[in-house]
Amino acid sequence: MAATGAPTKITQGSQTKGGIGESTLRPDGTLKVTGEFAYSSDMWHEDMLWGQILRSTVAHAEIVSIDTGEALAMAGVYAVMTYDDLPTEVRNYGLEIQDTPVLAHGKVRHHGEPVAIVAADHPETARRAAAKIKVEYRELPVITDEASATAPDAILVHEGRDDHHIGHVPHPNIVHRQPIVRGDADEAAKRADVIVKGEYYFGMQDQAFLGPESGLAVPSEDGGVELYVATQWLHSDLKQIAPVLGLPEDKVRMTLSGVGGAFGGREDLSMQIHACLLAMRTGKPVKIVYNRFESFFGHVHRHPARLYYEHGATKDGKLTHMKCRIVLDGGAYASASPAVVGNASSLSVGPYVIDDVDIEAIALYSNNPPCGAMRGFGAVQACFAYEAQMDKVAKELGMDPVEFRRINAMEQGTIMPTGQPVDSPAPVAELLRRVKAMPLPPERQWESSEGADVRQLPGGLSNTTHGEGVVRGVGYAVGIKNVGFSEGFDDYSTAKVRMEVVGGEPVATVHTAMAEVGQGGVTVHAQIARTELGVTQVTIHPADTQVGSAGSTSASRQTYVTGGAVKNACELVREKVLEIGRRKFGSYHPAWATAELLLEGGKVVTDGGEVLGDLVDVLEGEAVEVEEEWRHRPTEAFDLRTGQGNGHVQYSFAAHRAVVEVDTELGLVKVIELACAQDVGKALNPLSVIGQIQGGTIQGMGIAVMEEIVVDPKTAKVRNPSFTDYLLPTILDTPTIPVDVLELADDHAPYGLRGIGEAPTLSSTPAVLAAVRNATGLELDRTPVRPEHLTGTA
Amino acid sequence: MDFLRPASWEEALAAKAEHPTAVPIAGGTDVMVEINFDHRRPEYLMDLNRIGDLSEWEVGEDSVRLGASVPYTGIMENLSTELPGLALASHTVASPQIRNRGGVGGNLGTASPAGDAHPALLAAGAEVEVESVRGKRLIPIDEFYTGVKRNALEPDELIRAVHVKKADGPQQFSKVGTRNAMVIAVCAFGLALHPETRTVRTGIGSAAPTPVRAKAAEEFLNAALAEGGFWDNGKIITPSVAKQFADLCSAACNPIDDVRGTASYRRHAVGVMARRTLTWTWESYRGARHTEEGAA
Repeated sequence: MAATGAPTKITQGSQTKGGIGESTLRPDGTLKVTGEFAYSSDMWHEDMLWGQILRSTVAHAEIVSIDTGEALAMAGVYAVMTYDDLPTEVRNYGLEIQDTPVLAHGKVRHHGEPVAIVAADHPETARRAAAKIKVEYRELPVITDEASATAPDAILVHEGRDDHHIGHVPHPNIVHRQPIVRGDADEAAKRADVIVKGEYYFGMQDQAFLGPESGLAVPSEDGGVELYVATQWLHSDLKQIAPVLGLPEDKVRMTLSGVGGAFGGREDLSMQIHACLLAMRTGKPVKIVYNRFESFFGHVHRHPARLYYEHGATKDGKLTHMKCRIVLDGGAYASASPAVVGNASSLSVGPYVIDDVDIEAIALYSNNPPCGAMRGFGAVQACFAYEAQMDKVAKELGMDPVEFRRINAMEQGTIMPTGQPVDSPAPVAELLRRVKAMPLPPERQWESSEGADVRQLPGGLSNTTHGEGVVRGVGYAVGIKNVGFSEGFDDYSTAKVRMEVVGGEPVATVHTAMAEVGQGGVTVHAQIARTELGVTQVTIHPADTQVGSAGSTSASRQTYVTGGAVKNACELVREKVLEIGRRKFGSYHPAWATAELLLEGGKVVTDGGEVLGDLVDVLEGEAVEVEEEWRHRPTEAFDLRTGQGNGHVQYSFAAHRAVVEVDTELGLVKVIELACAQDVGKALNPLSVIGQIQGGTIQGMGIAVMEEIVVDPKTAKVRNPSFTDYLLPTILDTPTIPVDVLELADDHAPYGLRGIGEAPTLSSTPAVLAAVRNATGLELDRTPVRPEHLTGTA
Repeated sequence: MDFLRPASWEEALAAKAEHPTAVPIAGGTDVMVEINFDHRRPEYLMDLNRIGDLSEWEVGEDSVRLGASVPYTGIMENLSTELPGLALASHTVASPQIRNRGGVGGNLGTASPAGDAHPALLAAGAEVEVESVRGKRLIPIDEFYTGVKRNALEPDELIRAVHVKKADGPQQFSKVGTRNAMVIAVCAFGLALHPETRTVRTGIGSAAPTPVRAKAAEEFLNAALAEGGFWDNGKIITPSVAKQFADLCSAACNPIDDVRGTASYRRHAVGVMARRTLTWTWESYRGARHTEEGAA
């Protein structure tokens, strides 16, 4: 029997046209709000077993022995597997570098690394059995920062590296290094009237998606396996899973199940291989669901970073040069570290014109938790630092921080530090002008006639102030994010579009492998099909590996790339439909042969609006289907010495103005308002655009004032793996977020659109920090900023 | 794990006598978290939800007898006049869903220094009504907390109710967390003025191994208020008195550095909250005096 809770087709009907540019509603929105949507953790299969992972309790150790005897002997336990039970010689996986063991081999490199897996007939039995596995560790010293990683006697986190970065890194505990040199920063520094240096620290943020890692693996009769899983990129998973299982890719059939958020945290594999291994070993379906505690160990986090910056400027406010060094902590495994280094370095200047730069970014191997993709991907850390620098330089010059940014703002035609020209609109100064022009929220809103409304105040209902010690601050920030995969990556997507008559109506079916993680692709694909094919009814096929790769739901790329693939496939379908029309009806009207023909409102029409026929008649007895890959403009790798190269596809810009109230005595912060202006090129779904901007804004605010995975520097163990102590903003922490959307078309992109999901996450954090600095007069060189940092009690 | 479901209080006491390791569960907002995290695996869980009177309260002459399972929502909605400090503390407990389930009995049973009810109970003055098959006793709140997550209960005893003194003056409660809602206390402070006895009482949460009173601060303030005739003349408390009171409250802390905050911050923040809550309660007391005089 089939798994329940597996996704089914979503048919979206609409009385209105429902094409691009309209705020059509999400087909899964009501289900999600009412709790009826089936997430991956809701799946169930008759006779299924539950998988459980045993994870390391220490960060760095040799495994002396593993004794699974007692666990295996437990009633209800069907399998216990360790490294020695892996079926093939392929025993590692990884996005770019295959350095991550499926199960630990001889050594663990971080707290929470998978050591053994168990399948049992009840989740509690599986958990108890895992606890009965005896692992003897011989602990090793931990590497936790740059100094310990590159010390002369440092233990190598990975011995015998043979990946393609090892040749150009200065130390084997450095994953990748990307310098970017343009102009002559030392020479340009001589022209500077002021030089400002800063050192900054960006804490480790978690994606904290609400649906923990989960999936269901079902062994199939042909010796293969069906895997239903919440992920960000089915085909990337497939490429990593199949070799470990010893199966050809067509025998691992993957279907996307309901995803409860991702934010980068599902780019790497979590339970996928473990569930498949246990299913194949036991011959039974195996479900694995992490709880929140395990989820904190089950995915990579945002790289914490140390950033060293130097800027110079002339008295009239022109930036002369910039030097920076960005040290990202990648943790125990490479994950997306190399690409994060590429982003951090190439976007380290920010959206400013600086001709003379000297940049270096590195990612470390350490025994800290592995870090990889998270919304903003390397650009976030840099933005926090360069925006702090912009305020410092402006202050040093006695200039208004917004005016100073305006003077140096990049625009279309600016050359990036990589030598790449910005060849589409870059309205940086305009975005800043817009957020600054918005009216400020009234002061002292908590003072009403009925007394203090503490919800308006720092501390909220915790009742810590009735206005005492509260000072308002205002801060600005702007950022630049690349859209799509960079550095020469073949970043394509595939769409299969079918058009036929069903029940007397023309219906389009869109089938892609795009992971819907909440970004709204399922809504937008239907809108594109309606616009291109003139139909009302569009069916979105479940995402699976029966169609070509859609690439990752990452890097703000899906509307651009898979949206572009759907548009392209629709155009090809339209051509075929018109061919059929010409064949059937061409002799009835000369316009079939001469005019530019469109599909609108279920009809074939000329560009002059004359109706030539009904789609129902054209498609009678026919079905048209096209599956086609689509690519955006190619990019180039960055030169390993100079960082030069046309590395990015597109840039995305957002600006924020933050208004905060700070209780300066208690160090508590209430963010009152985060106004955002963003250029989106073309809003395919304006409501979704606002949602993305507001969500990104809040995620950026979270790392400004509360979110941080705290790792003990002595043991490299995670100290707060729960929502009790990893704090996410609640609705009472959420400010009003007025949004001003610009639509300046990028002529290179489908419909002129610009990827939007990440840019608002960049500038939100430094804007909040700038506002807190403005309120307190403190320097504040780390984020998140905690009460002890604001009260001198750290 | 065995699940005991006594139908009456007497059955519950008998079951607890028979199984002293049984962990009582009412709202489950604390116990279930512990179980889900595998922090404890009690041999027996004793469900108290069938015992209706644990969710009831009685307002008496001098005090409120608050059933151990009265949810925080009930305290906020029904007892904010009699128990203003506890009602304010209840407001800060977790989320609405948790406040609908959790009650003061659970806070007392767990006896975590971070429990939100403790500072308010210490400041108001309270007695915990506990019972076993051997009999009933009232434990003064000052003697109830005996160590980190330890209390004065005997293994066979259950908490039935807490008797909290009805407010005879203004009370305040203040709690610091790094989020504006739904957060465990980094530290908390409760203050109650008792004009009838011309005393003040305090309660400090999350800044020592147990919830504590700042006794030296109370004594200092009692003396200062008496000396200046403040209770009668209703003058503004001088900044130097407020500061010394705040300093003594800070000094009553014995906090630790942990993932939620530093010891040094906790000491500092308790001082700030002590000064502010003193100002708020005293202003309120002066205002009330003023109104009474005006009415008279």
